[in-house]
Amino acid sequence: MQSLNTYRAGPDERGHFGIFGGRYVAETLMPLILQVEAAYAAAKADPAFQAEFRSLLAQYVGRPNPLYFARRLTEAFGGAKVFLKREDLNHTGAHKINNCIGQILLARRMGKQRIIAETGAGQHGVATATVCALFGMKCVIYMGATDIERQMPNVYRMKLLGAEVKPVTSGAATLKDAMNDALRDWVSNVSDTYYLIGTVAGPHPYPAMVRDFQSVIGEEVRAQIMAAEGRLPDSLVACIGGGSNAMGLFHPFLDDKSVRIIGVEAAGHGLDKLHAASLTGGKPGVLHGNRTYLLQDSDGQIAEAHSISAGLDYPGIGPEHAWLHESGRVEYVSVKDDEAVVAFQQCTRLEGIIPALESSHAIAYASKIAPTLPKDHLMVINLSGRGDKDVSTIAKALGDEHLGGLV
Amino acid sequence: MSRLEQRFAKLKAENRAALVTFITAGDPDRATSQALLDGMPAAGADIIELGMPFTDPMADGPVIELAAGRALKAGGSLKQTLEMVEVFRKTDSETPIILMGYYNPVYAWGAEKFSADAARAGVDGLIIVDLPPEEADELVPHLRRSGIDFIVLTTPTSDDARLPVVLSNASGFVYYVSIAGITGTASAAQSAIDDAVARIRRHTDLPVCVGFGIKAPAQAAQVARVADGAVVGSAIVSVLADNIGKPSAVSAPLALVKDLAEGVRGARK
Repeated sequence: MQSLNTYRAGPDERGHFGIFGGRYVAETLMPLILQVEAAYAAAKADPAFQAEFRSLLAQYVGRPNPLYFARRLTEAFGGAKVFLKREDLNHTGAHKINNCIGQILLARRMGKQRIIAETGAGQHGVATATVCALFGMKCVIYMGATDIERQMPNVYRMKLLGAEVKPVTSGAATLKDAMNDALRDWVSNVSDTYYLIGTVAGPHPYPAMVRDFQSVIGEEVRAQIMAAEGRLPDSLVACIGGGSNAMGLFHPFLDDKSVRIIGVEAAGHGLDKLHAASLTGGKPGVLHGNRTYLLQDSDGQIAEAHSISAGLDYPGIGPEHAWLHESGRVEYVSVKDDEAVVAFQQCTRLEGIIPALESSHAIAYASKIAPTLPKDHLMVINLSGRGDKDVSTIAKALGDEHLGGLV
Repeated sequence: MSRLEQRFAKLKAENRAALVTFITAGDPDRATSQALLDGMPAAGADIIELGMPFTDPMADGPVIELAAGRALKAGGSLKQTLEMVEVFRKTDSETPIILMGYYNPVYAWGAEKFSADAARAGVDGLIIVDLPPEEADELVPHLRRSGIDFIVLTTPTSDDARLPVVLSNASGFVYYVSIAGITGTASAAQSAIDDAVARIRRHTDLPVCVGFGIKAPAQAAQVARVADGAVVGSAIVSVLADNIGKPSAVSAPLALVKDLAEGVRGARK
């Protein structure tokens, strides 16, 4: 097989990464999606847009956030030198805000006044509601009823920020179903509404655009590790639902062959049971505007995903990840719910940092391989968000006895 | 001449528009759905659109979304949908059947194999809601070879610059989605439909059928004055949903089809 000179050039002009990506949407939306594509191409090339984006990341989001050497985790794992990229320290508590800043600037540039979004764990909903408050735009967030129940603090945050949270009860009432309803809203309000997609999926140009906005993560890691250690990292580890925090970390390093890159999917109850590992347990298909790996049956019906983490509970994955999987550049592995819960506790107790359950999947996989690696191996784990939102889920998973009656 | 061409030629000779009726294959179960499908032509349906049930029908409103859910729960599948067409063809070789649905089940079946199998079952046309012209190249050549029409959707957002792109792959007829929205919700103003149909006719010689938001016979009649067909879906599925489990599960929706047909047939008199 021919080896590529670059893994960073995609997608092609029609939005494809190999056979993945594209624009599989209803005709009503096509003209608007073509407008978004043109508007983003112009914005990307406009120094004023880029300057405003960078300025807001610095002044409002609080970037750059630290690349923190996790001494206690490193000692506990007993191998590789572990660094945590602290996206949890961003305003609103996760990487999601990076993309929302970029897209709200684009929506304003396009003259849109109403913003819709879907959210699983609520982090993208909170980030969207936040930028809508900042720019004075109307905000409607679609969220599965199941997720509303398990992420109540974020639901309140969105409402406090002025967003309308619309519960979605179809299907399993999780992220996939919220995305269906967001698309229904968009098709019905196409003239004044901008759909602010929260991950590197959906119709072109969203996967590329969200990746570009999130690439600030990897760009900072590159500069920070060079400053700290004088060389590139040996490995990068990030969790994958749709895959935006992972793509943001990975993309600036894709052409650095010495860097081992690992994406960690949610294996839920196990790969032979209910899970959300689309690459490990799915096959290519078309949903929500793009071709990618999907959990589905032989009839092409989409399967319900499961993860203890609402943010990973989606049967698909961004198309660029699907392509990186098939090209072999990135390793995709999976971690089960209970392993993520253990890693969550480990990070909390050893580092005093409560990680998001999503990020705990990355930490869990790191805990498996770090002990096998030499002490001079530099490993960067993306701590994509903080775990405040997950405390009730964790309490339920651990039961009373572990928390000494606190629950 | 394809079944669709024959049907539109016949309708033209009668100086009337087509009534195009929609149901979801397998809703609420195989037997009821088959009886409804088989009874459509006698009730007055000129063309039948059969929905291929899908778990995530994101361009549909609640009525058709629930229908797809019922069908899937009762064992509905693409295979069963094709089997229903085969059974229908045993008693009716003239009424065109169009399958309507989303791309993933077809993609999972395989574009080439699906085209051949659907043609063999007696399918005349295909509408894939989430396959815009920009992505249709991987399916349309296979459909062509199998003699199945690729029926495209045009919408209020398809302007004069975009229409030629949308129509480039079209055959059979053009389906004008009269609202920017999902199925079974709002209805468009008749004047807007008149203008849109006239605009589409400037770009194509294909018949133009209008759907989304047509619920009543009088409304269907208004559309039938200007268009070559009126498509009714959610209203029929809704009557079916109200009668599930009753002896009227088949007769009630067919009674609505009969009323709609009278509306359409009387439109140009």
